[in-house]
Amino acid sequence: MAKIIVVTSGKGGVGKTTSSAAIGTGIAMRGFKTVIIDFDIGLRNLDLIMGCERRVVYDFVNVINGEANLKQALIKDKRIDTLFILPASQTRDKDALSKEGVERILNELAEEFDYIICDSPAGIESGAMMALYFADEAVVVTNPEVSSVRDSDRILGMLSSKSRRAEQGLPGIKEHLLLTRYNPERVVKGEMLSVEDVGDILAIKLLGVIPESQAVLNASNSGTPVILDEESDAGQAYLDTVARLLGEDVPFRFLNVEKKGLLKRIFGG
Amino acid sequence: MSLLDYFRSTKKNTASTAKERLQIIVAHERNRRNSPDYLPQLERDILAVIRKYVDIADDQVSVSLEKSSDELSVLELNVTFPDDKK
Repeated sequence: MAKIIVVTSGKGGVGKTTSSAAIGTGIAMRGFKTVIIDFDIGLRNLDLIMGCERRVVYDFVNVINGEANLKQALIKDKRIDTLFILPASQTRDKDALSKEGVERILNELAEEFDYIICDSPAGIESGAMMALYFADEAVVVTNPEVSSVRDSDRILGMLSSKSRRAEQGLPGIKEHLLLTRYNPERVVKGEMLSVEDVGDILAIKLLGVIPESQAVLNASNSGTPVILDEESDAGQAYLDTVARLLGEDVPFRFLNVEKKGLLKRIFGG
Repeated sequence: MSLLDYFRSTKKNTASTAKERLQIIVAHERNRRNSPDYLPQLERDILAVIRKYVDIADDQVSVSLEKSSDELSVLELNVTFPDDKK
């Protein structure tokens, strides 16, 4: 049986799609058959982050409406052969997803895949609700910043009341906190909420901390999930995150200010 | 370090301000989330009744409904009266 994981946040621009791409790719790299679904109907972007934007023929809404079958719509990743992407529609409006339609597609995917990653749109409207409704686990992407933390808390409320698991009285969605764009230097200066601060407020288990990193923009520029940039801090932080998501016990890195050597102090870098 | 920097560094850091503000608003919103839809209107009505007798501001009344068990909910009303300086 496939595990359905929603990547959500409430607030936009905090790194949901970047994280969906990285986590989905990371799980697939471990040999699990994985599909990442873009739920952001009308504002498709996962395809760009994954670098398969020119290969989109059919989309999620086409499959729901029976205009194409899953096999036609799924895009196989060229780097990792257990990884697939189901793109969002660019032309329809966000109400094009019906609960029955989404359920049918998820059931069909569950027969073949080990992991289904749902990349949620921002906001708390139907698209976001649809992305989280069927989830078994949730990765709540949060920036160490007031509006993002507040919106994450709202989404946590939705996860515990508006999901299938909540409605059917099943055990609740397993919630994970993923803190992104973390800058330890600013935390030390008292300019940014720390991991502990955000953890205190949201009170859910910390899954990962992704440092603010040049590598993320470089990765999206080239259409490569940042987790494949294994040299980079963000790439390594996502690898750790995936390991924890799969149940491994991995120590947290990139939480403290990197001590600069004398040469680095003089020449920068 | 210039004199100006010295004064700047004594200023309270913004991260702890952010944390305090968030703790308050998040607790408030969580409370709301678990309460019935009529609660805000009830709060306004209670405020209007009290205002007939005492002049109080909006934030001097807080109403919360706490569920202590499946059968029992407690409506808690907190009114801060202004200092009587007369």
